Amino acid sequence: MMKKYEGKTVIKLRVNGQDHEVAARPADILLDVLRQQLGLTAAKPGCLNGDCGACTVIVDGWPIKSCLMLAVEAEGHDILTLEGLGGRAAAQKAFVAANSFQCGYCTSGFLMVCHALQNHYSELPEEYVIEEWLQANLCRCTSYQELRRAVRLMYEQTPPSGSPRDSRPPATNVFPAGKNPL
Amino acid sequence: MTTAIDKSIQRREAWDKVTGQAQYCDDLPAAGMLSARLLTSTYAHARLRSVDIAAAQALPGVECVLTGADCPQLFGPLLQDRPALARDKVRYAGEPLALVVAVDEPTAEQALRLIEVDYEPLPPLLKPAQALERGAPLLHGQGSYKKVLEDIYPEPGTNIASHYRIRKGDSQSVLQKCAVIVRQCFGLPPSGHLAMEIRTARAEITAQGQVLITTSSQSPYSVRKQLAEAFLIPAGQIQVKTPLVGGGFGGKAAVCLEILAYLASRGVGGKKVRLTLPREQDMATAPCRLGLEAEISIGADQNGLIQAAELNYYLDCGAYTDIAPYMAKAIAVDCSGPYQIANLSCDALCVYTNHTYATSFRGFSHAEQTFCLERTLDMLAQKCGDDPLQLRLKNAIGPGCTTPTQVAYSAGLIGDLPQCLEKIQPLSCWDGGGVTKIKPHTVRVKGLACFWKTANPPTDAISGAVITFNPDGSVNLNTGAVEMGSGCHTHLNQILAERLQLSPDQVHVVAAPDTQVAPEHWKTVASLTVNMAGRAVLAAADDALSQLRVNAGLALGCPDAEIEIAAGRAFSKKNPERFIPFKDIVQGYKSPAGQSLGQPVIGRGSLMLKGLSLLDPYSGSGRTGPDWSLGAQVVEVEADLRTYTYRIISASTAMDVGRAINPELMRAVIAGGMAMGVSLASRESFAYNSDGIPLKPNLRTYKLMHIGEEPDYRVDFVETPEQGSPYGVRSYSEHGIIGMPAALGNALSRAFACRLNTLPLNPERIWRAATEGDS
Repeated sequence: MMKKYEGKTVIKLRVNGQDHEVAARPADILLDVLRQQLGLTAAKPGCLNGDCGACTVIVDGWPIKSCLMLAVEAEGHDILTLEGLGGRAAAQKAFVAANSFQCGYCTSGFLMVCHALQNHYSELPEEYVIEEWLQANLCRCTSYQELRRAVRLMYEQTPPSGSPRDSRPPATNVFPAGKNPL
Repeated sequence: MTTAIDKSIQRREAWDKVTGQAQYCDDLPAAGMLSARLLTSTYAHARLRSVDIAAAQALPGVECVLTGADCPQLFGPLLQDRPALARDKVRYAGEPLALVVAVDEPTAEQALRLIEVDYEPLPPLLKPAQALERGAPLLHGQGSYKKVLEDIYPEPGTNIASHYRIRKGDSQSVLQKCAVIVRQCFGLPPSGHLAMEIRTARAEITAQGQVLITTSSQSPYSVRKQLAEAFLIPAGQIQVKTPLVGGGFGGKAAVCLEILAYLASRGVGGKKVRLTLPREQDMATAPCRLGLEAEISIGADQNGLIQAAELNYYLDCGAYTDIAPYMAKAIAVDCSGPYQIANLSCDALCVYTNHTYATSFRGFSHAEQTFCLERTLDMLAQKCGDDPLQLRLKNAIGPGCTTPTQVAYSAGLIGDLPQCLEKIQPLSCWDGGGVTKIKPHTVRVKGLACFWKTANPPTDAISGAVITFNPDGSVNLNTGAVEMGSGCHTHLNQILAERLQLSPDQVHVVAAPDTQVAPEHWKTVASLTVNMAGRAVLAAADDALSQLRVNAGLALGCPDAEIEIAAGRAFSKKNPERFIPFKDIVQGYKSPAGQSLGQPVIGRGSLMLKGLSLLDPYSGSGRTGPDWSLGAQVVEVEADLRTYTYRIISASTAMDVGRAINPELMRAVIAGGMAMGVSLASRESFAYNSDGIPLKPNLRTYKLMHIGEEPDYRVDFVETPEQGSPYGVRSYSEHGIIGMPAALGNALSRAFACRLNTLPLNPERIWRAATEGDS
């Protein structure tokens, strides 16, 4: 059944395991509602055209560009943003360990792609699969080698467990010995 | 032993960035803010007959509509030539000509569509050569700009915005007599910065008259300066805050959106206004990377020793100058490359066209200049029958040489090119640049390029640092340096921790500079932050140490001179078992009997660059930057000779970084620069139609590299310490890009046996060059 929305309507969004009611116009994109109404600003606007992937969130387990999804389309789906990972996901630890970002603006989007990848493939997939998934996003700072390395490191870690913050490393962490950890 | 440098310490803000807690400008709450949107020109060059805003103003929800008539001032850091909103004329497609402030973005966009603009099209100038023709229309008529700084040389009655000359030796007569002469012409298109964070700024004017700007900028102090001067506001009444910046690459050093945001807020009685450019405007409206045309002549003897060079550069600065005259100056300053050329003549012109105006871009015109020079050197090597690496080695700058501006060489000041050439060979598996057939129609070839770069700050550029202590003995570091991904906050943390002999996690760098709180730092540009802010940090650390010694002396009952500081403690040298932790003396000392001794410790350090000079207008002699950095780069390609396609296999850089104070961070930033260089060289350009309208100002058709297209990046360091900089480290963060386009051009020109003298190097261009004998 198609639902018809007119003007500002209250819709229910399930984000990071919590239910929220927000007032959205039918034309409002999920990204703007997440950022402006729920204060979840990890997903970033980069092009609002589906080209850069900085706004990627996970919807029902799949990476979705939240600039290409209307907020009303997200009703009834399970939305996960970077904030929902706390600090416990293997992808987050791997990104820090592999020095996978510089300015950090695209990081949220790449992290969500990697996190979803790990949920779909329990073992490290082949390189072309990794490329296929990560090609949805753009990074202007790194050489991409660091992101490949992060995916490998992500699979070398034990699955997430425990409370969101207890697995953070100490504040000063040094990269593995040697000049080039790649 | 070091406590914090020579270690691959992770980025200080790493966990903020992987949890989404890192805040960029537009992540700050926007509730209650009005939204601003820009109407931009659809013509590259036209007279504005009228801009009718009545219908837009009448739209419910619209608070104000501004046009060029509302702001008579002209802007620009070097030449004031740019209106905030176009008046009378538009000079590039994408130029802002009206601004709407409304309750929300959809209303503002709706209002834009109600504005009627009547244009009278004028013929556009789309190339420097065209703009330099006799009789070409003048984009800025007589007296329509004002010089801000003394070393800008516009030529009235022409489209030349500035002109820099280098004259050293006698290039003309020596060049004629050379055994081998190579003359080449080059044409490189403009392109975009494409930081992932789109440009954004917010403004508010309080009832007290305080102007509050929050912006995604590399130069908050320039924002303050330009607003103060243009609108006659006392500088102290302007406060500029810069949260984390999502990539800058030079593109956020220009003051542009902040002016518009200020005007927007002023137009609505000072209410809070947020202005964010959509990506399409970020590409066509905000300033971009320069284009360049060049004529290069180089002469050498039979042995390939360069005798003379004549170099003419025409920088396409677009419709307005912004910082482009200094990019022309930068080309002149480093025009010889890292080589000894005794007889040298260079003319670098900054030329107005009807393109989007240019601003600083990673490398500050060096990637473009290096492409022209290093392509010519490769042709020289071919003519002389030399290995391209050997040709560069025998011409490398060294003791006894001077730079084009007649600064004497020393390894400490400039770096060691022969060592970089030594290291690049094993790193890239250098094979002399020969063509290796690996399949019937497939070859593998390597191309080489060297680079060097000094900076061009104002001769009186300043920086500063203030350090305060927390009750646990840890330190807060407050500087005006903006963190945009280059890792400067991590380096400053390391420098301070090292000097105070602390662990890096006992140093807290204030993440978001605020011009009212942090001491002024010129700009976070030119890869100079570690050098300039780093020196201020060292001075602040030394200041704090001397205060700590006084407090410790009082606490331990011994003279200050006997106190040694290490590991967060102050020791008595004579009785090392007697010590006192920082936390007990950083806020002064209270004796067990309750007596107060000493004073709370606040370290201050500041820096004004010294020893720099303006260039002599005729010979170009003088010194513009505190140091040079140089290196050698190789790109290896696998080319299909039938389809004119290629794959980049590897890219290598051996660079003299002075001292690798954080090897992994530095490797990654250099590799990132190389990635940007490969992308730039292989696919990026702003394409315009014959009317000067940009054809693809979006990320769908302007393709950046994606994962899977990247080569294997290899980085190695040479470490010749620079005497004046903190721990000897040189500027390094932008340099990875510089030689990449040239190295790729050299590899592909060898692979396809043709002359590739333009960018980007796509198959069509290679096919044309290979089949028509020209690019």
